[in-house]
Amino acid sequence: MYSTGNESLVKQAREIQDEELHKFYGRISKLLNANRDHGNETIDSLQRLNLIVSATKYAKTLPPDLKKKLQTLLLSKTHPEQIQVLFTSILRESLPLSTQELSDGLAQDTRSSSYVAAVVLSQAANKDDVAPVCQHLLKHLESRQPDGQICKHTLPILTKLISYSPEILTEDQVNLVSRKLVDWLRYASLQQGASMSTGGFFSGPRTRQPVPVTEVDGAVAGDFFTVLCVGHSFGEDQWMNMYAFSMIRKWLLTYDAEGTSGGESAHLSQIQFMLSQLQDDRSEVDSSVVSMVSATSSSSRLLPPKERLREKAFEYCHRLIEQSDRKAMKRTDTELQKACIVEAVTIMDIICKEDPSYVYRAFPSVKALYGRLSGELAYARALIPIAQFYLNHSEMAAVDSEAVFRQLFSRFPSELFNEPALAYEFVQFCRANMAVLEDGVALYRQSFPNIFKFLAWTSPALVADYMELLPSLMCPDTAVEILHSLLDLPCLAATLDLQQRSASYQASERVLWDHGSKVASALEAFRQPSYRGLFLYILRPEAGSGDTIDRLKMLHEVLSEMAASPRVVQCAQVVPVLLHVFFNNVTKFADEKLINQLALVLLERSSLLYNIKQFKIELFRVFSTHIRTLCKLHPSLIVNQSRELLDFAGSTANIYSKEELYTNVVWLIGEYLSVVHDPRCSVELITTFFEGLEAVLFEITQVRQSVSPPSYPPRVLTVLMTTLSKLASRSQDLIPRVSLSLSKLCNFARSRLVLASYSEEDTEEIITRAHELTNLLKLPSVAQFVLAPAALGESPRWHRDTNASLPRAMRTISGLLHKQSSFQQSG
Amino acid sequence: MVCGFLIHTISSVSALSAGGSRVLYSRVFGPEDNTEADPERRRLLQKERLLALARRVRTAVCLYRDAAGTSCVECVLGEEAVALGEAEFGVLRLSAGEPFPAERTVLWLGVQNLAFTLVCEMHENLLLAEGTLRNIARHCMEELRLLGPGSEILLKSDRIDALLHRYVPHGQLLFLNHRFTHILDKELSAYSTK
Repeated sequence: MYSTGNESLVKQAREIQDEELHKFYGRISKLLNANRDHGNETIDSLQRLNLIVSATKYAKTLPPDLKKKLQTLLLSKTHPEQIQVLFTSILRESLPLSTQELSDGLAQDTRSSSYVAAVVLSQAANKDDVAPVCQHLLKHLESRQPDGQICKHTLPILTKLISYSPEILTEDQVNLVSRKLVDWLRYASLQQGASMSTGGFFSGPRTRQPVPVTEVDGAVAGDFFTVLCVGHSFGEDQWMNMYAFSMIRKWLLTYDAEGTSGGESAHLSQIQFMLSQLQDDRSEVDSSVVSMVSATSSSSRLLPPKERLREKAFEYCHRLIEQSDRKAMKRTDTELQKACIVEAVTIMDIICKEDPSYVYRAFPSVKALYGRLSGELAYARALIPIAQFYLNHSEMAAVDSEAVFRQLFSRFPSELFNEPALAYEFVQFCRANMAVLEDGVALYRQSFPNIFKFLAWTSPALVADYMELLPSLMCPDTAVEILHSLLDLPCLAATLDLQQRSASYQASERVLWDHGSKVASALEAFRQPSYRGLFLYILRPEAGSGDTIDRLKMLHEVLSEMAASPRVVQCAQVVPVLLHVFFNNVTKFADEKLINQLALVLLERSSLLYNIKQFKIELFRVFSTHIRTLCKLHPSLIVNQSRELLDFAGSTANIYSKEELYTNVVWLIGEYLSVVHDPRCSVELITTFFEGLEAVLFEITQVRQSVSPPSYPPRVLTVLMTTLSKLASRSQDLIPRVSLSLSKLCNFARSRLVLASYSEEDTEEIITRAHELTNLLKLPSVAQFVLAPAALGESPRWHRDTNASLPRAMRTISGLLHKQSSFQQSG
Repeated sequence: MVCGFLIHTISSVSALSAGGSRVLYSRVFGPEDNTEADPERRRLLQKERLLALARRVRTAVCLYRDAAGTSCVECVLGEEAVALGEAEFGVLRLSAGEPFPAERTVLWLGVQNLAFTLVCEMHENLLLAEGTLRNIARHCMEELRLLGPGSEILLKSDRIDALLHRYVPHGQLLFLNHRFTHILDKELSAYSTK
């Protein structure tokens, strides 16, 4: 593993002095100049140079002569591969750039061109830099000399180039490559490559007998060569077949879209192509084995290159799907089969999107494939492209897709929630298709409890994706339940953990394992029938099945020992951000009824949260922000939920446990409990609220006199005072009562006990506020104006931020009042 | 297409700030999306992006290990198969601009104190990419003796170049059946013994 020795080597390479470095350059130049085979000494020196140029993020500039030497040697073919690789790597990592010199030298030999191209491509800054490489490759493709080798990495290089800049190829060049791809994909030899078996003086003609390639299960391969055919060695055409299939998806995605013939001109060009193809085709297929599929599709030779390629690619995928049913003898081939299924179905999907006439040909095959794989969870990842295919085309082909989506949304999340790659692919599938899923697949929204399982299990890796997904899962019917589910997300993580543990420690191990475990009792509860309903609720696959909010407390207790587990904590950390997304989105469509429900959920759940300290603190902050938004949207919420709000604000216990939320609720009462917002806001209602809050303030001041006073945050006191004053200004009979409370509070704030627990500044603030309010209330009409609800001030002349404008207005008025009183005194 | 491959450390290196990761090997398959005109600054930007990626993956691996509650069993030379069997695997998405200009999918394999990271374009065949990453990691572990105390990873990085040249030529993932793989493996062992 990485050791301190390595670290000091990095340091040495980074800190090498100029003088020493130049000596080293000189030594390497000398070694390279020596006209002999480059031995270990050269290799060793080049390896050190390679480390020096690549060890820092700052580029090293090689002396021109050394640079030149390396470039010349790389372009000449006489060196062992290791030397070539080292040249490539050093040139790639160092300055000055080699793009120009190496591009100019490309023509010499095809064998080293892959390495040369690697340097050019990695240093290229624009299209012009890579154009010579592209032209070089295409020239070799075109020349078609019978014995002329083409660079074996032609196709990978081309793919890289077209993904960098699709316009790099002209229409003619695209057609040229398309024709070549058809050749390689469909007409590679079915005999094993000759490279290994030839030679040997004594080897008679018998050993040169062509040996057919086989399928992955050992049967002799029929039809045509694909990447799922095996042999002891492969010929160039078979290698090219593999390279061609590896890049075909990218190629089709880049160039297929324009190839669909539509208008009249396209039709005309199609005829021209047919004519040219008639002459051209014969030579291309001369050496090929006429296969079953090719025999049936001979008409495709009349198509223009792009459409012909589409046809051949389709046939190739069709054959791969058939081949993937064979039982592979090697495990690696089984894995390859899965990857091939994914690729084949994806390519078919691309082709069907371009030319819908393929849908009818593709569906029988994809449908059969689904039938074959649907039962096996080992093939789950292969089912995602199948689902994509159904999503895109099932409507057109009038095929029922219900079962596919049921599998996807029901079975996968609940059984494979702990598979990170599947989770990623599932989530990306949802992200890519959000719009279609939310409208077209009812099961998608319905399955949100299940979809959340991936999130609960791998929260940090997936939270960004779920922030995008969440709005698409939300609708008026599910909003409230989604809110509950988000709040329960850490419980879900804990429960999934139990589910996994429970499954992996069965029977005999159970006893042994349980005793040593930190979560033994949670695991025990998980297995007990009496808790089953509770866990089934948390693990429910679909929305709307049961509501056990009453028993949530019990669940939290059962899971309490898991609250500190890293997975649960990680999960709890993503909940606040998702709640923000939830509320920012829900307010876009929520009606008054839903807003009321949501506010109620916030109040209710504020005392029903999984006991993770930081989680609760964060959540109260989020609740506060959004209950304010909800009230602002529908101020009559205060009257509708008056009982719940009063219960909440009337309980002093809430001050301790949920300070942030409590302060905000009290503020909201003062701000929105007004006839301006709701005509039902009667004097009686105001008085009820007033009395509730008055009692709280009274209780606080009483407790202050007791032996060990709890320290109430000063902010709660000032907000309570202000709210009481606001209510009094709206029902002026209450003014004497609030004045009394305020003066009492002043006395308490000055008492010894309070002075001990508050800072001087805090005490000052409380007393000043109390004085300001008392003075203000002496002039009820002014008080009514200053303490009026925000809505009155929403005209453009007013400062928008009510939080900021109220104290300012108060200060101004209070200043006036002070002046007035001093005038009175002096007068 | 694969955009790049790196090998970097997971646990802290004394010379680095907390959360840092030492990149031991990196390869970017160009041309890349890089707006810097000056070659020196281009290179710097590229390396800074890779460092940012390495830190991101390091965090992901640590979070994964925390959550799973698994403790790493130290393996020694010769136990490559065990180390790879216990390796953690994960996938993450990099949004556009964080740090690459376009969205990317990143696959990582955490083996002991090292992470092998493959950066792919979005919508790549992840089954194929995962298989390729595991294969590359196995070769690196065995040929560069990564479980030992030596410095092969720094001095003999040309072997990784040769490895990538075959299995991910210019960033192309290949559909290789066991025979294709076998032939490439043989070429590689010829390379290493030279």
